[in-house]
Amino acid sequence: MFRRRGDGLIASAMLAPAIAILSIFVVYPLGRAVWLGHLRCDATGRKCRTSGWMQYFDVLRSSDFQHALKVTFVYALLTVPAGLVIGVGLAVLADKQIRGIGFFRTIFSSTVATSVAVASLIWFVLLQPQVGLLPDMLSMFGVMKNPGLLNDAGTALPAIAITSIWANLGFTFIIVTAALQSIPAELFESAMMDGAGGWKRFTNVTIPMLSPTLLFVSVVLVTRAFQAYAEVDLLTKGGPNPERSTETVTYLIYGQTSLVKNDIGLKSTTAVLLFVILLVLSLVQFRSLERRVHYGN
Amino acid sequence: MAGVQLVKVTKNFGSVVAVDDFSLDIADKEFMVLLGPSGCGKSTVLRMIAGLEAPTSGEVFIGDQLMNGVAPKDRDVAMVFQSYALYPHKTVRANIEFPLKARGVDSKLRVAAVADAAAVLGLADLLDRKPGQLSGGQRQRVALARALVRDPQVFCMDEPLSNLDAKLRGETRSELVALHQRLGSTFVYVTHDQVEAMTMGSRIAVIVAGVLQQVGSPTDVYDRPANIFVATFLGTPPMNIFPAQLFEAGEHSVGVRPEHMRFVDSHSGGVEATIRLVEHLGHEVHVTGVLADGTVVVARHGGEEASPQSGDMVTVSAEARHRHRFDVSGRRLA
Repeated sequence: MFRRRGDGLIASAMLAPAIAILSIFVVYPLGRAVWLGHLRCDATGRKCRTSGWMQYFDVLRSSDFQHALKVTFVYALLTVPAGLVIGVGLAVLADKQIRGIGFFRTIFSSTVATSVAVASLIWFVLLQPQVGLLPDMLSMFGVMKNPGLLNDAGTALPAIAITSIWANLGFTFIIVTAALQSIPAELFESAMMDGAGGWKRFTNVTIPMLSPTLLFVSVVLVTRAFQAYAEVDLLTKGGPNPERSTETVTYLIYGQTSLVKNDIGLKSTTAVLLFVILLVLSLVQFRSLERRVHYGN
Repeated sequence: MAGVQLVKVTKNFGSVVAVDDFSLDIADKEFMVLLGPSGCGKSTVLRMIAGLEAPTSGEVFIGDQLMNGVAPKDRDVAMVFQSYALYPHKTVRANIEFPLKARGVDSKLRVAAVADAAAVLGLADLLDRKPGQLSGGQRQRVALARALVRDPQVFCMDEPLSNLDAKLRGETRSELVALHQRLGSTFVYVTHDQVEAMTMGSRIAVIVAGVLQQVGSPTDVYDRPANIFVATFLGTPPMNIFPAQLFEAGEHSVGVRPEHMRFVDSHSGGVEATIRLVEHLGHEVHVTGVLADGTVVVARHGGEEASPQSGDMVTVSAEARHRHRFDVSGRRLA
């Protein structure tokens, strides 16, 4: 494999920093979490006893985990397709060469520089029944104003989803805009000459040419949806209770009102299960969508 | 089928004048080549015919119909792009079929039309492949088939051979000429390659800096160039341009094609030159010399003739009937 013995040593030396960083910050924590996942611990995390590897299955079967997983799936379904459609739509609109479009590009991409905490705070104010703009607008269509979208079990999760869609819009917009600009203009011109109108050009040229980007963005958005924590913590703290209607899996692990917050063993079990579920989901996304993805030539 | 007419067409991009007061008549069924160096505006002219650019002023007619303001899809013009612009995610079949599908043509008719176009261009065995699985020449044929399948009035081609290697380019040149003869359509073909222009065009329009310099048959343009630019742009090596005094009286310039430069006896008149470079190309030899005033002179002769060697002093001359004369502004005299 190596032409000289020295080559192997040089290669090992050059790889060593990366291996060391990966080992310390990825492999060890992951291995440690898997190990902790079969323990039950006290609040301090110092006194642990073995509960057996079946603990993974016990947590998986538990109603708390299944509820949180269901909430997380619904949250992903609310945020990912809508975020993708709005992001692509805005990017396509902003791709036109018209005067002043740079201003709109800046506005559309600005949320990428907004932290989840700031986004949550903005939307917390906007969604307040007393002072918020959105409940006022919704009340015009007969949607109730009190107790407020975040305090109603039926609307709390969609309300958080709006925050997440808004916060992720900048990311989707920037990535899709970059991808749009790399599509050769001749393809659109050719389609135009072939008689394709705007919609046909969009479905026959834009979407297929964007497909690798859309796959990437959808995987990232699904991952982000499954990792949603800060917005839940800041806006609803997993509530309204007792329905726990916004308690996502990540909130189940870390949340202040979480059922497992005092047991590092159970937290690890849940975290590892979330990791496995995300891994499987990503693989399914790649497998199912890759056939529709064109990587160019 | 129909001809194309451009009447006093100007195209500005901001302060840049890409095409300036351009008028050209392209006859029905003609193979017109727009020839010029890169950036001269020839592609802009083609794009205005196709409807991809709107003229700043002037009129574009296809047949008798004024095309200003008419959308590209409604012009009955097909275009073959330099990059071929094939849809990489579609099969060859779907690429060829797309113009018909986009226009809502019945599926049975589409199948038949695709089969016909594929047969004409030898693509029948490649219909289920994607463009990425094809060679450059095959992609070029798919682009042609996609244009052909619509049976348009006018074919616009923007340097379609420039991505092919030299051998394939030569082969495809003759295929395109044969296709033009077979279809009997109007072809407008853009190129910067004078060999393509000379071998393919019924007529050539030479363009420089957005201005039409000369229109004529390849022989006309080569044998009677309208100005020094056309004279030096066409021909390899290009025409030699000398001050008239070297050969005859007057203040004009004299142009002599390299194949008409002769090495003569020093007593029979002519100009002395020192040979700097001798290039043997097999079928011919290019001999480059320098006159006493630094003017470069190039002669071309058959490979079987004896050739001077680098460093030799020779006398070069040209018969009067092979001299082209240009006035001080560069325009042809007589």
